[in-house]
Amino acid sequence: MSAVAVANEQSEILAVLARPPRSLWRDAWRRLLSNRLARVGMAISLFFLLMAIFVPFVFPYNAKVDSDLVNQLTEPSREHLMGTDEQGRDVMNRIAQGAQASLGVGLSSVLIAVVIGTLIGLVAGFAGRWIDIVLMFLMDIMLSFPGLLLAIAIVALVGPGLRNSLLAITTVSIPVYARIARSTVLSIKEQEYVTAARCVGAPSPRILFRHVFPNSLSPILVQGTLGIATAILEIAALGFLGLGQQPPYPEWGAMLADSVKYLTSGAWWVLLFPGFAIMLTVLGFNLLGDGLRDALDPRLRVD
Amino acid sequence: MLRYVIKRVLTIVPVILGVSILVFGFIRVIPGDVATVMLGERATPENVARIREQLGLTKPLYEQYLIFMGNALRGDLGTSVLRGEPVTQEIIRRFPATIELTLGAILIALVVGIPAGIISAVRRGTWFDSLSMLVALTGVSMPIFWLGLMLILLFSVFLHILPTGARLDGATRFEPITNLLLLDSLLKGNIGIFFQTLRHLALPAIALGTIPMAIIARMTRSAMLEVLNQDYIRTAHAKGLKERAVVINHALRNAWLPVITVVGLQVGRLLSGAILTETVFSWPGIGRWLVDAIYARDFPIVQGVTLFIAIIFVGVNLVVDILYAWVDPRIKFE
Repeated sequence: MSAVAVANEQSEILAVLARPPRSLWRDAWRRLLSNRLARVGMAISLFFLLMAIFVPFVFPYNAKVDSDLVNQLTEPSREHLMGTDEQGRDVMNRIAQGAQASLGVGLSSVLIAVVIGTLIGLVAGFAGRWIDIVLMFLMDIMLSFPGLLLAIAIVALVGPGLRNSLLAITTVSIPVYARIARSTVLSIKEQEYVTAARCVGAPSPRILFRHVFPNSLSPILVQGTLGIATAILEIAALGFLGLGQQPPYPEWGAMLADSVKYLTSGAWWVLLFPGFAIMLTVLGFNLLGDGLRDALDPRLRVD
Repeated sequence: MLRYVIKRVLTIVPVILGVSILVFGFIRVIPGDVATVMLGERATPENVARIREQLGLTKPLYEQYLIFMGNALRGDLGTSVLRGEPVTQEIIRRFPATIELTLGAILIALVVGIPAGIISAVRRGTWFDSLSMLVALTGVSMPIFWLGLMLILLFSVFLHILPTGARLDGATRFEPITNLLLLDSLLKGNIGIFFQTLRHLALPAIALGTIPMAIIARMTRSAMLEVLNQDYIRTAHAKGLKERAVVINHALRNAWLPVITVVGLQVGRLLSGAILTETVFSWPGIGRWLVDAIYARDFPIVQGVTLFIAIIFVGVNLVVDILYAWVDPRIKFE
C-alpha cells in the first residue's frame, strides 16, 4: 500500500470520527426538522406557548376590572382587530390572555399524567403477577368511560373551576400512559440487555430506571404531545359547559360559552376567534405529535 | 368462534362490576356531605335529612351498594331528586334522540371518510390527496361545539337554510312511537315530518361526525397505502385486472381491519361528543340532560346516565372486538 493511500485512508477515518456522534435522539431531531408539517406544528405550538408565558407578564391584565360598556359587541375594527364582547372587552386581548389557561392546564395535566401513568405502567409491567392484574384492571375500569364523560363527572362532583378541571383531565388521561408504558416494558423485558443486566446482579429498580425506562420514552413522548392537543380540547369543552374557568377570567372555551347568547344576533366575531384559537393550537400539537411519531419510529411511516 | 365470543363476553363481567363500583362511589367520595352540596342554599337540616334518606345514605356502605346494584340490575337507576322522575324511564324516552344523532354522525363519517381515504391512497400525492388530508387534519383538531356554533352561524343565522336546533320546528305537533323520529315518521307515513327531522338532524350530525370522519379518512388512507404496496397487488395489476377491481376486491378487503378498529374506537368519542353537540343544538337527548342535571346538582341523574353511557360503551367495544375476530380469524387464537 502506498503512503498516499494510507494517508487517504487515515484522513477518511478521521473525517468519520470528526462527525457529530449519531444517537437516536439526534437522528430523530434531524428527521423532525426535515418534515415540513412537523415544522409548521412546532412553529404554531411555540407561538401559543410563548403567548401563554409572556403575554400575562408583558401586558398585565385584570379581568375583574376589564369592561368598556360604551363599546359593547362592536365589530372588528382597527382599534379592536377582533372586535369586542358583551362587556366591551377586546376579544384579541382576551384570547391572548386566555392562552395561559389552555396551555397551562394542557401541559401540566399531561406532565402529571405522564409521570403517574408511566410509573404505574412500569411497575405493572415489571412486577407482573397480581400487581399487574390489579393495576391494569383499575386502568381498564377508567378506560371504560368515554374520556370527556369521566372528566365531566369528576368536575360535576368536585365542583367547577380551572383547578378541578386540571384534576379531572389529568385523572382521565393516566390510564393511557400506563397502558403504553406497560406494553413497552413487556416487550423490553425480554431483551437480551435486560437479561445481561440481571446477570451482572443489577437490582430491579436500577434495571427499571436505567434500562427499561429510557427505552420506553419515545412512545410516551409521542402520546404526550398528542395528549396536549386532547387536553386543550377537553379544557375548552369543560369551559364551554361552564364547568372550567369561571367568569370573568379569560379561557377560550368559557369565552365561547359567554357569547353563545349572541349567536342568533349575528355577532360572529365573539364566536369565531376564540374557537379558531383552540383549533389552531390543537392543530399545532397534533402536527408536532405526528411528526415526532414519524421521526422516532421511521418504521411506522407508511409513505 | 362461539368459544371466543363466550370468553370475550365473560371478560366484561368484572369490568361492569368495577364500573358500577366507581359510579356508586362517585357521589360518596365528594368532599362534604352530598345532600348539603345538592341542596346548596336550600340546605336546612330537615331537607338534608330527607335527601339523605331518599338517597339511602343512612345505611352502611356495603348495604347501599347492594341495593344500588340490585336496583340497577332490575333496570332501576334511581330517581331524580328535583323532579321525582325515574331516571330509567327518562333515559328510555331521551336515548332515541341521542341514537338518531349518533347514527347520523357515524353515517356521515363513513360515507365521506372511507371513500375520501381510498381515493387519497390510490391517487396519492395529487391535489385531492393533499386537500382531503388537510381537511382531515383540521377536522381532528376542531372543538366540536365550536364547529356546531359555526355551522349554525353560517347555515341558520346568515343563510337561513337550516334550523338552529331542536328535533322539530317549535310549532310542529307529532306523537312519536319509538322516539326515533326518522323511523316514526315513516311508520306513520308522514313524509313532511321525515324531511323536517332530516333538516334538523343535518347540522348536529355534521358537527358530531366531523372528527370521526377525519380520523376514519386518515386511517383508511394509511391502511390502504400499506396494502397497495404488497406484492399480490402488483400481481393483480400484472394479471391485467382493472384498477377498480384491484382496489375494491384485493386492497380494500385487507384494509378493513384497522378501519373497523378505528370506527369502534370512535364510539366513545361520539358518546362524549354527543354531550357537547346536544348542548349546542338544544337536542333533547341524554347528553344535554346530563349537563342540565349537573347544573341542577341532581346527582342521581348524573350517576344513572354515567353508568348507562359507560355500559353502552363497554358493550360497543365488545361488539367491535367480536367483529374484529370475525374479520380476522387469527385473533381468536392469540
